[in-house]
Amino acid sequence: MTAIINYGVGNLFSLTGSLKHLNIDAVVTSDPETIKSADRIILPGVGAFADAKQKLLDTGLVPVLNQQVSDGKPLLGICLGMQLLFEKSYEYGEHTGLGYIKGEVCPLTGDIPKKMKVPHIGWNKLIIKDKINPLLKYSGDSDYVYYVHSYYAKSCEDSLIAYSEYYVNVPGIVCSGNVFGTQFHPEKSGSAGLNMLRAFCEVK
Amino acid sequence: MITKRIIPCLDIRDGRVVKGVNFEGIKDVEDPVTLAKFYNDSGADELVFYDITASFEGRSLFSGVLKDVASNIFIPLTVGGNINSLEDFDRVLKSGADKVSVNTGAIKNPELISLAAKKYGDQCVVLSMDVKRVDGKFMIFAKGGRENTGIDAIQWAKDCTMRGAGEIVVNSINTDGVKNGFDIEMLRAVCDVVSVPVIASGGAGTMEDFKNLFKQVPGVDAGLAASVFHFGEIKINDLKKYLISQGIEMRVI
Repeated sequence: MTAIINYGVGNLFSLTGSLKHLNIDAVVTSDPETIKSADRIILPGVGAFADAKQKLLDTGLVPVLNQQVSDGKPLLGICLGMQLLFEKSYEYGEHTGLGYIKGEVCPLTGDIPKKMKVPHIGWNKLIIKDKINPLLKYSGDSDYVYYVHSYYAKSCEDSLIAYSEYYVNVPGIVCSGNVFGTQFHPEKSGSAGLNMLRAFCEVK
Repeated sequence: MITKRIIPCLDIRDGRVVKGVNFEGIKDVEDPVTLAKFYNDSGADELVFYDITASFEGRSLFSGVLKDVASNIFIPLTVGGNINSLEDFDRVLKSGADKVSVNTGAIKNPELISLAAKKYGDQCVVLSMDVKRVDGKFMIFAKGGRENTGIDAIQWAKDCTMRGAGEIVVNSINTDGVKNGFDIEMLRAVCDVVSVPVIASGGAGTMEDFKNLFKQVPGVDAGLAASVFHFGEIKINDLKKYLISQGIEMRVI
């Protein structure tokens, strides 16, 4: 069973719908026992970093997640859920993240020319750096994925699996051991995204 | 780099797709789920659903349709029509919409954009505007293009993005239904003043119209159309292949 962490952030309709479509057994939960008994965990998220981090802290689930991750359970963070996996974020101030993956989250504004739009919204080509990553088991070489974000991960070369070009290289997939993250929305990326969700749910 | 997007738009009344659609290989073209799947499989980058139902019963039918579509299609869904309050945002988001488009609701109460952007994020709020030239000026029209609101469209686009609208759909009443190309001049004027994605609507007749749109107004992010797709005059996959051959980046599936 896959546990989707419910901490009051974002719309889980498409994510639960995608997993159902793939015949994957998933529950939306904030119950520590359910999370402990799950085979894998998905951390979704939309919105602002500090607000989401606070909501996650309020659920009391951070120590549970820490334990599950150090026990080796696969975890996938999506969009803001991926950003939370890093050490810190500079979205409206400086905030600490969960620290599962080395790196930090910084604004696109300032790193890209002024005429380019922020948020980075739309379909962008995924350029794969590490083809053998388990998340890419069913992926092709020229997948397009759907992004919506204004901040991006930096200083995460060691965990970089795939990226997209938006003047800068925007990390699209990161992975460190059993912890995975996608900046784009796999649940909104058509069959390319469904393939990744399916692959994640087969990670042991 | 980010691709340009091709977006078919479906009008829904009482849970069924409006306008006789004409497709090969589809039995029930009035079924929103069938049609949405068809577009998804043909490479549409996003779908827009407009609820043109007037009755309360029709609206709850619409929520059911939306849930069905959102459970079967895993590309972004934008929903508009009858959006006048935060409750309306909530209703369609809970039924599976990713973005909500406001038109008349924002004209009646511009504060709706600010409140919705604050609650759901800018990326969720799409301003849809119907624009027509009056004495050489671009004006906002309401009631399906029948009533001049007296609002200057360029200023309106600026104001609404300041309030938090994350995307703008510009529907030119001048070119709508004419099938003689998008309203390049109007789109340029809007792109010059906003920094959010702009979606062009109104006037698509041929594949060349999409090429001209993306080449002549680089600030435009997406082209939206209804009848040319519904009647099979343009097939999305063919359109994308053609645009790629013209040097425009597109997502291919």
